[in-house]
Amino acid sequence: MLVQKGKVLALVGNHAVAYAVKQAKPQVLAVFPITPQTTMLEKLSEYIDKGELRAELIKVESEHSAMAAIFGAALAGPRVFTATASQGLLYMTEMIYWVGGQRVPLVAAVATRAIASPWSIWDDHQDFVSKRDAIWVQMMAENVQDAYDITLMAFRISEDPRVMMPVMMGFDGFILTHTMERVEVLPDSVVDEFIPPREFKLIDFDNPLGIGAVATPDNYAKYRKKAMEAMERAKSVIKEVMANFEEITGRKQYGLTECYMCEDADYLLVGMGAWVGDMRVAVSRLRERGKKVGLLKIRVFRPFPREEVREALKGRKGVVVFDRAYSFGSGGVLSLEVKANAYGLTTPIHTVVAGLGGKDVRPRDIEGALEDLTEGKLEEERWLA
Amino acid sequence: MIDLSEIPVAKPAKGSAGKTGTWRVLRPVIRYDKCTRCRLCIMYCVENTIDQEPNLYPKIDYDYCKGCGVCAQVCPTKAIAMVPEVK
Amino acid sequence: MMFLRGNAACPGCPIPKELDALLEVTGKKTVLVVPASCTSVILGDTQGGQPSTVPVIHSAFAAAPAIASGVAASLRMRGEEDATVVVWAGDGGTGDIGFASLSGAAERNENILYVCYDNEAYMNTGIQRSGLTPYGAWTTTTPSGKKEFKKPLPLIVAEHRVPYVATASIAYLNDYQSKVRKAKSIKGFRYIHLLSPCPPGWRFDAGLTVEIAKLAVETGVWPLYEIENGEFRLTSISKVLVDKSKRKPVEAYLRYQGRFSKMTPEEVKALQDYVDKMWEEIREMTKK
Repeated sequence: MLVQKGKVLALVGNHAVAYAVKQAKPQVLAVFPITPQTTMLEKLSEYIDKGELRAELIKVESEHSAMAAIFGAALAGPRVFTATASQGLLYMTEMIYWVGGQRVPLVAAVATRAIASPWSIWDDHQDFVSKRDAIWVQMMAENVQDAYDITLMAFRISEDPRVMMPVMMGFDGFILTHTMERVEVLPDSVVDEFIPPREFKLIDFDNPLGIGAVATPDNYAKYRKKAMEAMERAKSVIKEVMANFEEITGRKQYGLTECYMCEDADYLLVGMGAWVGDMRVAVSRLRERGKKVGLLKIRVFRPFPREEVREALKGRKGVVVFDRAYSFGSGGVLSLEVKANAYGLTTPIHTVVAGLGGKDVRPRDIEGALEDLTEGKLEEERWLA
Repeated sequence: MIDLSEIPVAKPAKGSAGKTGTWRVLRPVIRYDKCTRCRLCIMYCVENTIDQEPNLYPKIDYDYCKGCGVCAQVCPTKAIAMVPEVK
Repeated sequence: MMFLRGNAACPGCPIPKELDALLEVTGKKTVLVVPASCTSVILGDTQGGQPSTVPVIHSAFAAAPAIASGVAASLRMRGEEDATVVVWAGDGGTGDIGFASLSGAAERNENILYVCYDNEAYMNTGIQRSGLTPYGAWTTTTPSGKKEFKKPLPLIVAEHRVPYVATASIAYLNDYQSKVRKAKSIKGFRYIHLLSPCPPGWRFDAGLTVEIAKLAVETGVWPLYEIENGEFRLTSISKVLVDKSKRKPVEAYLRYQGRFSKMTPEEVKALQDYVDKMWEEIREMTKK
C-alpha cells in the first residue's frame, strides 16, 4: 500500500485518542469520568451526539461497572472501548483481570496518574504498571501522535485471533492528555482497511456457552499456560502490525523497543512514556559533548521485550533505568524488569526514581544522572525527590 | 474462527456434576396404585429428574435423582415413599 | 427441559427448578449473567459442562448488572432485541456487594430482567449473614440470631421508578412464571425477587423446600405482589392475606427451620409485629 496522507490536526492527547477511537468504530463504550481522562469521555460523547460515531455510550456508575459493561458487550460481538486513570484503574482491577482471564479482545486507554493516598491528580506510571499480571497487552505512548497510532494498532492487535487479548494503551496524564501537538490522522477509509471487521463473539444462541465457568485446578493451569503462549505470540503479531502501520503511514514504528543513538553507546538510558522525548534531548546534548550514550525506549511493557532488552544491554559499560513507578520494598518497576533480563550479564544497572506524582523532571535532570553514570558517580538507586 | 480450547467456557451437558443419583440416601419409590397422575411431583422436582411417561404416569430418573424427598412431600395422595438405599 | 439434571445443586435446593421455570418462559434466546453465588457452582465447570442450555456469562460478585447492561447494548446493536438478558443473582450479590451496580442499571432503566433468588445469607461460602438475612435468624456470623431486619429490596428497587417489580415464590410456580412472562413483555429494567429456601442454610429437611416456601407466603412473611408502572397489586393467595385473620402466625413458618430455633418468645413477637406492620403498609399501598 502506498503511504496514505491524511489530515494534519492540532490535538490534545485525549482528543487524539478519541479521534482514533471514533475511526476504529466501536459500537459500545462505557466510560466513567476521572481526571485526567475526562475530556476524552466528553469528546466521545460529542462524537456520538453528532452522529459521527454510531455507538452506545453506557453512562455507568463506576469504573468497575465500566469494565464490566464493555466486557459483557464484547462477548456479544461488537467492538468496545473504555478509558480511565489512577483510582479508576484500581477500582476496575477485578474486572481487568476478569477480562484478561477470559481473553476478551477490547481496548482501554489509561491516562496515567499517581495513586492516592495522598491525593494526586498528576502523572506517574504507578497505575499502569500495577496491571502487568492481568493478561493484557500493555503499550505506552511517547507523544500525542504515538497515542493516536497505538490506539489504532491496539484494536487490531487485540482482535488478532493469534492474540485474542485486551490491550491497554498508556499515555501520560496531563503531559500528553492535555498537551496540544501536531497529529497526522489517517483517512477513515484507510483505518477501515487497517482494522478488519471484528470476528470475536461468544454469545451465540445456537451454541450456548458458559463463559468463565469454574475451571478445576488442572484446567485452570492449562488456560493460564495458553495465555502465556498467546502473550509470547503477541510479540510477533505486534511487530507485524507495526510494520504494516509503518507502511501505511510512513511513520517509523520500530517495534517493541526503539534504540536511539545506541549503536555504539557505552552507556544506555532506559525509559518508557512521555519523558522519552526529554531523554532524547538529554542523550543528544551528551553526544554533543562527546559522551557515548544511547537511549532504549520501552514501547511495549507487556509482553515485555525480553530478547530486545537483553540484546540492547550487552556490552554496555553502564545502564540507568528511569522509573516513574516503584515497588516498595523491592525497587523501580521498570528497573526490575530490565534487571530480570540481564541475568548473567555483567553490565551494572542503576535506577533513577523520578517524576512521582507529577514531580517535574527536566532534560537537564536526566542529563545529569546520565553524565554521573558515565563518570561512575551514579548511585545504584537515586531518587529525584 | 475462535479457538474455544484457548478460553474458559463450558458447553451444555446432562450430569455436569456426574451421576448425582449416587448422592442419594433415601430413594423415592412411586406406588402407582395410589398415583392420580396429578403431575405435582414432576412440577416440583427441584432437580428435573421426574419424566412423564406416555401413559402420563411419572417416572423417576434414578441416575440423577438426589433423593431430597420434595416429591414425596408435595404428593397429595402420599403415593411416594422415601425408602433407605441399601447397599 | 431448559436446565439439565445432574448438576451440583444440594439436594432439595430449588435453584435448578427456579431457573428451569424461568427459561421455560424466556426461551432459548436468553443470556444469563450470574455473579458469584451458589449458582456459579451449580453451573458446572469447563470440563464437565453446564446444566444451562442458554448462554451464561459468569460474573465477578459486584459486576452482573453492568455486564448485563453491556450485553443488552450489544444485542440492540445486533438487532436482537427479542432476546432476554437476565441477571440471576443471590441476595448478597444483589443487596450488598452488587447494590451500587444494581441501582445504576435500574436508574438507567437498562433493558434487563433482574432476578434475585434470595436464600437470605451467603450460602455458597457456608451460611454467613447478608443484609437480607431476616431478623432472628442464625447464621455462622450471627450465632445468637440476627438483630437487624431484612433489607426491603423489592421496594428499594421500585423506588427507582422502574417499569416492573415483583416478588415470587417457588411454591407458587404459576404465579412466578406469569410474572416472568409479564416481565418478558416489558422493556426496560424489570426486577423479580424470588424467595429461595435453602435446606442446609435454613436448617430444614431437604424434602420440605416447597412447604417452607409456601408457609413463608401463608404466614405473610413473604407477600406476593407486583408493582407495574408504579401500581401495586397483590397476587395469588397474598390477595386475601391483608386480613390478618387469614394469615397463619409467623411461628408456623419459623418452627420447621433450625435457624430460628434460638429465638425467644419476645423475638418471635417482634417478628410477628414487624410482619403485621408491613401488611398495614401493604394495605395502604393497595389503596393507591
